[in-house]
Order: sequence, then C-alpha cells, then structure tokens
Amino acid sequence: MKEHVHDFDWVLLAIVGAICAIGLAEIYSSTHASAMAGMQYRQLIWIGVGLVGMFLISRIDYHTLLDQAPALYVFGILSLVAVLAVGHTRYGAKRWVSLGGGFNLQVSELMKLIIIIVLARYFSEVRTDRLTLADLAKVILLTLVPMGLILKQPDLGTALVLVPVLVIGAILAGIEWKHVAVGVVLLGLLIPVGWRLRTHLKPYQQQRIQTFLHPEEDQRGAGYQILQSQIAVGSGGFWGKGFGKGSQNQLGFVPVRYSDFILAALAEEQGFIGVCVVLLLYLGLILRLVDNAQKAKDKAGMYVVMGVTAILGFHVLVNASMVIGYMPVTGIPLPLMSYGGSSTAFVFLALGLVMNVRMGRFVN
Amino acid sequence: MAPWTNTDTRIPQGRLALVSYVSVGLVILLLLGFWKLQVVQSGHFADLAERNRIRYIPIIAPRGPMLDRYGRVLVDSYPSFSILLLRDQPKLIVKSLPQIEEGLGISKQDLQEQLEAAKDEPKFQPVVIKPVASDADIAFVESHRADLPVLELMMVQRRHYPYGEMLANTIGYVGEVSPKELAKSDGRYRPGDIVGKAGLEREYNSILEGTDGMRRVVVNSVGKPVRSLDDIPAIPGKPIQLTIDYDLQAIADRDFAGKEGALVAMDARTGEILAMVSRPTFDPNDFAVRIPAKEWLQLNTDPETPLLNRAIQAQLAPGSVFKIVMATAMLESKAISPTYKVFCPGYATFYGRVFHCDHPHGEVDLHKAIVASCDVYFYNVGKLLGIDRISYYANALGLGHLTGIDLPGEEPGLIPSEAWVERVYHHKWYPGSTISVSIGQGAVMVTPIQLARMVAGVASGGTLVEPHLLKDDANVRATTFPISAKTVDTITQGMWGVVNEPDGTTSGLVKLKNIDFCGKTGTAQTMSYQLQNRLGKHVKENAWFVGYAPRENPEIVVAALVQGGGWGSVSAAPIVRDVVKAYYDKKYPNLNVTTAQNAKPAGSGRPLVASAGARP
Repeated sequence: MKEHVHDFDWVLLAIVGAICAIGLAEIYSSTHASAMAGMQYRQLIWIGVGLVGMFLISRIDYHTLLDQAPALYVFGILSLVAVLAVGHTRYGAKRWVSLGGGFNLQVSELMKLIIIIVLARYFSEVRTDRLTLADLAKVILLTLVPMGLILKQPDLGTALVLVPVLVIGAILAGIEWKHVAVGVVLLGLLIPVGWRLRTHLKPYQQQRIQTFLHPEEDQRGAGYQILQSQIAVGSGGFWGKGFGKGSQNQLGFVPVRYSDFILAALAEEQGFIGVCVVLLLYLGLILRLVDNAQKAKDKAGMYVVMGVTAILGFHVLVNASMVIGYMPVTGIPLPLMSYGGSSTAFVFLALGLVMNVRMGRFVN
Repeated sequence: MAPWTNTDTRIPQGRLALVSYVSVGLVILLLLGFWKLQVVQSGHFADLAERNRIRYIPIIAPRGPMLDRYGRVLVDSYPSFSILLLRDQPKLIVKSLPQIEEGLGISKQDLQEQLEAAKDEPKFQPVVIKPVASDADIAFVESHRADLPVLELMMVQRRHYPYGEMLANTIGYVGEVSPKELAKSDGRYRPGDIVGKAGLEREYNSILEGTDGMRRVVVNSVGKPVRSLDDIPAIPGKPIQLTIDYDLQAIADRDFAGKEGALVAMDARTGEILAMVSRPTFDPNDFAVRIPAKEWLQLNTDPETPLLNRAIQAQLAPGSVFKIVMATAMLESKAISPTYKVFCPGYATFYGRVFHCDHPHGEVDLHKAIVASCDVYFYNVGKLLGIDRISYYANALGLGHLTGIDLPGEEPGLIPSEAWVERVYHHKWYPGSTISVSIGQGAVMVTPIQLARMVAGVASGGTLVEPHLLKDDANVRATTFPISAKTVDTITQGMWGVVNEPDGTTSGLVKLKNIDFCGKTGTAQTMSYQLQNRLGKHVKENAWFVGYAPRENPEIVVAALVQGGGWGSVSAAPIVRDVVKAYYDKKYPNLNVTTAQNAKPAGSGRPLVASAGARP
C-alpha cells in the first residue's frame, strides 16, 4: 500500500488540484451573488467522488480492462441505444439516464472511457510499425458506431470528442502518409456534400454554424453568446477586473458562466495573466500525461494514456477556442474547471487509468 | 495474460515528442488569440462591456408652466407614472396576463394587441401599457414586484391644463415628436419625446421645454436595474407669462357656451391679447397622454374643426363691420365729400341689378349710415370709390395680411382688387362686385383678430398694434397709418351711436353706464339667398360685433364672431359688452358699470342682401 501511494503521479495530481481550485473559485465568483449560490460545494463533492473513482480504477490492472474491451464496447453501445430509447430529455437532447437518487449519468461520458480502452486494445494489437489500411478501417468503424449513436442524441460536441482518440492512436501506430492524404481528400470531397446535407442537421446545429460564420447578424440569439463571451474576455484586459468584479460575469451577460464559459468569466476577472496561468497548467497537464505515456511499460499502456491526453487536450482546445470566438458553440466543457458532475467524474476516472498505467510499470 | 498483451514495449518516443511539440504550439496559438482580445482589442471590448452594463434612463424635464398676466397658472406639468410591460421574458408575460388584467383593468386582448404591435421592436424595449397610472395602479405594481417582475414603473412629466377647454385652441397641445421633427432636430430629440404641437405650446416650445437629465443605472443581462450611478439632473423648462386675463377669459368662455365662433379681446394700446376664444374646441388634457388613433382621427376629421383656432384662422366675410373701412376710405381719400348724403328707399339698383337694404332709411348721411348700418349709402360710396381705393384702405388697416400674432398658423384673409381678380380668375373686375364688397360681402375675407385690430386702429388714429400673447414689453410693436383727427372723430361718433343712439343697430341693448362703449355690428351671409332657396333651407348668418372703449384713445377692443348666430346685435354684441364690462369692473371697482337696457329694440342689423345677384 505504501508503495502504491508512492507510485501515484503527485506532480500530475498537483496540477489537477490547482486547476480544480481555480475552477472552484471561479464557480464561486460567478454564482455567489445569484440564485445558484453554493454551486462550488456541489462541484467539490463531484471532485471528491472523482478522486475516489480515480483511486479505485488505479487499483485495477489496465490489462484486465483491456481484456474486457469487447464486452465493455458492447456494453457501451447498448447503453447508448438504451439512452435513445428510455433516456430523458434535457435542453432538447436525450443524453441522461437516471441512476436513482436524483443522479443522472450522461452515458456518452462513459463511452469516452470505453473508446479509450477499446482503441488502446486494437492499436496495441498492431504488431508492426505501420498501420495497414485494414487495421485503419477497423478502428475507424469501431469509432464511427458510437459516434453515430451520440450524434443521434443529438450531441455533436461529445461525438467529435471521440475523433482525437482515433487520430492520436493512428499517428502513434504509424499511419501511412498516403492514407492521411486519401483521408484528407475524402474529407475535402465530403465538405460540399455535407454542405448540401446541412438541412438535415438539427435546427439548433444549423443555427450554431450560421452563428459561427456570421456572429454579428444575431446579437440577441446564439451569436449573442459568442459576442458576450468575447466582450468578457476582451474587457478583462491584461490584469483583469479582479475577483468577483467582472461586470459581464456578475451581471449574467456571459452565458453559462459557471460551466462551458467559465474560461470567459476567468479571463474577465483575472485578465490575460490569469488565462496564461490556466492554459500553462493545462499544457503542464498534457506534457505530464505525454511523459507518462513515454514511460509506459508497453504500447497498450501508452495508448490508454494518450487516449486520455487526446480527449483532455481536445476539450481544452475546443473550449478555449469557443470562448474567444474561434470555434462555434458546441457545449464542450473545460475539464476540471467547468461545473458538471459527469464531465468531472470522467476526467478523474480517465486519470485513474493513467495512474494505473504508471503504476503498472513498477508492478511485474 | 491474453496473448495480445505481452512483449510489445517499443514505445514510439519520437511520435510522442511530436505530440508534445504540437501541444505547446497549440497553447501558444490559443494564448495569441487571448492576447489579441485582451491586449490588442481590450479597449474596444471594455467599451462594449460598459455599454452592456450601463443603461441611460432619461430624467424627463418638466415643461415650463404658462401663467396669465397676473401670474395665475393656466398650464402646468406634474410628475406621474407610466406602467411598462417588460418584454424580454415572453413565457413569464403569458403567465402574468390574467393577473395584470385583474390588477390594472386592462383586458387581456388589449395587452396582446399591444404586444403584437411591438413585436418587431428590440426585445429590451418595453411596452407602455398604462400611460397614466392611478395611485391604485402604482400600489398594485409595487406590491407585486416579486411575482410580477414583468411590470415596471417609469416616471414621466405630464402636461396639465387645469381649465380643460378654456383657451385650448390658443394654448395648443403637446404630443410625441413626429418622425419629421425628429429628423430635423439634429439628435436633440429622441423618439417618444414630448413637444409642443400647436398653439403657444408650439410657438414657445424652445422656452417651455427643459433639458432632460440622465440617470445611469447598472443593469443585468435581462435589463433589470441592479444599482444606480451618478445622475445628471434635468433642467426644467422656463415658465411663460401670457397677456391673458383669466377673469376676462372666464367671462368670454361662459358667454360662448353652446355657441360656435370666436372672440378676441385685446388691449388697444399695446396689442396684448386679454382673452381669446374659439368654439367648438377640445380638451388638451386628452393630448397630454398618448391620444388613441381613433379619437385623433375623429378630432381631425370633425366637420366642426375643433382644432382650428377661429380667432386667427377663420376667414369669413366681415359684413357691415367692413363699413368702418369704407368710411375711412371715403373721408381719407377725399374722393367724396364728408357731407355726402344718399336717400335710401330700402334698395338700390346698380348695373341693372337690385341690391337691398335692411329697411328704408330715408335721407342718410355718413353718421346715420354707420349708426343704422345703411347698405344703400355704402353701395353708393363703394361705387364712387372703386374697388382699388377700397382695397388700398382695407390693406392699410391691416386686412388681408397676417397681424403677426405669436401663434402658428394664422391666416391672412383676403381683400379683393382688380389685380387679384386678373391674377386668379383671369378676367376683368366686374364693377358690380364692388357693390357687394362695400358692405363686407363678396370676396372679402377677414379673421376676427384682424377686425379687432382694424377697429382699434381707426379709433386710435391709425396706430395698428401687433397682437401678442407673450407678456413682454419688447413685444409691444405697432405700425402707423395716420388718419386725420377729424375722420377718427366722425367714425368713432358713428360707432358710439351704434351702441348708444336710439336708432343704433344694437337697439341700446348693450349700453354700459359710465363707459363710452362703442362698436359696429355685422351680420354676414354665409350662403346666397338664391342657393338657400334652391336647397330649401335657411342658413343662419354669421353674427359679428367689434366693440371698444372708451371712444377716444381706446383701451380695450373686443371682436366677437358667432357663427350661425343671426343678427350681430343680438348674439355677438352682448358677449363683447360682458367682456368690456368685466374689464372696467376690474379697473374701477367703484364705478358701477351696469348695463343699461333700452326699453324698445329698434330692430336693425338684420341680414343683408349681399353677394352679387343674391336676390332678383
């Protein structure tokens, strides 16, 4: 047990702790003067639950999990189907299943973990340094099935989160440049087709794309969110307006300022300096994760760690870009800072897998 | 262990390092993005954030009051509340409608119509559902702040006309600034601002209106005020003092009850208007609030034209009052001897047409012609003078021109001349028309205020004062058209006779004891007898009386027009007498200016045959 505690990645945990603390403070700042006051305590509980989950997962040898990959995959797919069948609708999308006791689980968060394990398993089965077309097709197919089901909820953001796991895995497995080229060409051909098919998107998705392309045309609607977020960020300036003093944040101009747009709230109150601290912490987190991957005992462990890295990195990239108006509003939270039970729990469980891999290198 | 797990430990370090570099690169790109917003463009966004946060709420400046010549308040402003319906939470509104209907007594249908009408406006712009909230309404909104957050109170300044219809056409009314005025104002006005629309409210708008102040309020994202910052106080509008004497105005108004027409009472020495009446009229308080479109249409299309200020805008035939112009022309042009006499058999024939007189007057000189208002005498005078001489003197005495009174929309009237007929009708002047003009019919059109000024002008030796309503010595202006003392004496003796001699057209009905009250009646046809016969109905004549006192160097002149009043002596003269009496009662409380009734009316001032060819 003593050895086990020693093997924890305390540097990584310190970074995670710092990010969580900043997140809690900003949730407090954003909500203390409103009807939602006290939200930071709920978030704190989620963090606690996440830590316990992380500890438990770190105790299970990841090889055991990888062994069960096909079963986990089938379980995940069935859960997604179940959500579509019996899940309940919030904000116009079927994403939640009730766990009883008022807790609702966003099944797609669970699917993120499963896809990390499943892809790690299949990539590690590739024995050569080169990824063959057949292998590539197989992992693409494996990813596309849950993606399609999540898209159907509909939840474009989470569906897209699965892509970086695939991409990172493929790169590490030695994807061939000609396949990349073919893929790019295929995507290039798909874009006009997609444009033709855009009428099949949900109205709110069309609206988001429209808003992203022309934010100024819709200042009171969806474009309003991006604009208000940009105003919050920009008006924060270099030093920020001070804790609890951001007018955009405090007066509620920043949309969901305690969750998806928490970085905008922080940028307003803590300025560019605060943003630097936060983004560098995330960079530190990513680099530390990559470091863990480099020191993994085997390729399977590396793929697990890099799957987690891909998802966390993608979240940070997309969320921060959205806050400054470089990407449309997709509903992707900032890991560990945004308020939210399922997403916080996911990050800790994912980190549990990383700890597991790290400790695996001392076992045996 | 499953067969797939063992062994492969060749970690692709290079590819992992690549991922690290890419991560660093992406974070740098993100930081550049934040740098652009937070450092490069931070001023711009700070500006936008301030505009988001701070809402400017105007503090409406009260309009200046209007006072009468003794400082009594005729028009005032008072603060009041309007009830607004905030529209940014449509679902909440729908839920609240039944409660609002019950609490404020506005029907749900009415509310929905107002919301529908405003649906294209920006969401944060509220709808005014009750422009004037009663105390009960205010209490309702205050006590339901928590459960009806869609209601809001706004303080406004409301115009108050304590005497309602009194002086309404002169004072005018206020209303929302029109899009045209808005465009012309160079940003001085905002939509919804209240400005003077008519009468004195419009004429002196720039004095009366103040400068609105500004309240800076911090609002949240749904526009609810959170706290307020410093205020810029409003500068109230300045008061204006009018020349109106409330006491005389009240008498004139009382006498005009149920009548149609106009009255002007003026200080003959200064041109200060003491009283002004126009009937029918309206209540300007109705305009102080947003006037419903339906009512506005009704007022504007009413055939009785209640919005017209007849004292300065009614252009009508003056009838026999015009004989004062004729007498002046006759004496001053020296074209006719002052002792000129005519025998009146009750009619006269000119250019093959018969022109009637009220009754046979026998031998008539100028004095008797004025006193008894003999038409035949003035037909002859007119024929001898010719239209252009008549026209010259009428113009010189201010007819056919604006008097320059400080009110918008004054009409000039019309004095016909040979040149005018040629210009407008492209034919030569018919000499027969001169005969009608001689008794103030035909094409002659004057306004009540012009007649008051003309009579006062002749009686004071040709000083034509400029009538005005703003009490200010700088406003006392006059033009002079010198008239010889002898002429003035002759004519004023005649006008004294109209009131005080037994055969005067007022039949002694309007005599005032101890006061040299003079005047001239007029009874003007509005439709030829020929036309009346054809239509088979009798249209009553317009009754005129212009009276003044004292006979020499007059102080007060009053012109009254009672439309459809019949004889000027019967319906218009007593009103003028009452006003003049009130003036002297006030000036000399101990003089005992009583009205002295003559025993027997002498029956004159009957309708005159007038327009050319009226009767065969």
